[in-house]
Amino acid sequence: MIGELSFGVAALAMVCFTFASMIRLAIGPTAADRAVALDTVNTLVVATMVLLGVAFGQVVLVDVAIVYALLSFVGTLYIARYLGGGL
Amino acid sequence: MCKAAEWALTAAFSLAIYLLLVLWTGSFGLWSPAEFIAGLVLAALAGLVAGRLLWERGGFRMLQPHRWLLFLFYILGPFFWAMAKANLDVAYRVITGRIRPGIVRFNPGLQTDLGRTLLANSITLTPGTLTVDVDDATGDFYVHWINVTAEDPKPEQVCGAFPTWARRIAE
Amino acid sequence: MNVLIYVFLAIGATFNGLGAVALLRFPDVYTRLHGATKCTTFGSIFSILAVVIYGFAKGGGEGGTLAVHALIALVFLLLTNPTGSHALARGAHRGGIRPFRAVVDRLEERK
Repeated sequence: MIGELSFGVAALAMVCFTFASMIRLAIGPTAADRAVALDTVNTLVVATMVLLGVAFGQVVLVDVAIVYALLSFVGTLYIARYLGGGL
Repeated sequence: MCKAAEWALTAAFSLAIYLLLVLWTGSFGLWSPAEFIAGLVLAALAGLVAGRLLWERGGFRMLQPHRWLLFLFYILGPFFWAMAKANLDVAYRVITGRIRPGIVRFNPGLQTDLGRTLLANSITLTPGTLTVDVDDATGDFYVHWINVTAEDPKPEQVCGAFPTWARRIAE
Repeated sequence: MNVLIYVFLAIGATFNGLGAVALLRFPDVYTRLHGATKCTTFGSIFSILAVVIYGFAKGGGEGGTLAVHALIALVFLLLTNPTGSHALARGAHRGGIRPFRAVVDRLEERK
């Protein structure tokens, strides 16, 4: 079998990109910029979890990724509603 | 009658997703009886909660099987190609920083919610365009365009053949 | 098969990185949404497809479970990501943020 190591390396790269997005999360001039950065971070975390599920050989991490994707979607919708002044 | 059909269809849909999730976990065969019972109860609850929302305004059309085949072909063919082009386009703009943004309006003439959702998601994932708002009454799309070439564009100029595909699949 | 997995992982990492760079480099909310949504969705699709191929190649109960669950995660990601970005763009416009250097803004004229 091919090494699970390559999936681990890809997951490490995703973690680096997550930190790069967190710079925008910290310095973003408006609340909307921070919400966009948070959305990106959520997507990257889902991809990282799926890759780590292979790297560690544990299927349960993929299940956590599914639940995380759905919950972060609901969170994004609420933030968007708040930004639009409907909440 | 109609309400019962909505409930049963939503429950069947939820049960299918649940059975996919618990595949290969049974003690004998693919599933165990306990999971079937739990899945039936959860699917019935999901049907009660979400049955009204899923089939409003023309959702029943998606039960025809040729629409599913068309949808699969659309996802794998033109949509995927446009998405790859979109990413190369964004890469070009990230590197050169050459943008000319604006919000334009056009009317693709779609009637149902499902068709509008499909078109809006397609527009967001394809080159240089992002749906900002959809007027529910008239069906006007407001699209943020990263490289405006015409201030009052035709639908074909913004998103190519996608309205035709959305009409073919969902209406 | 191995080559395919490596290529998919490389494409996924490249486009996810491009999304992060786009987030840092573009000038306003809407253009950042462009870069972030498109690139991270495309990159995540390829990363997860690599996992799906790995699972099917491994076969058996464990590999099959991995592949099917990763496919379900892919479908949910593909459905929720553009919808979330519509919601953010609409909320930002209603919250009074104007596009940077816009040549035309039809949504503003409607109100």
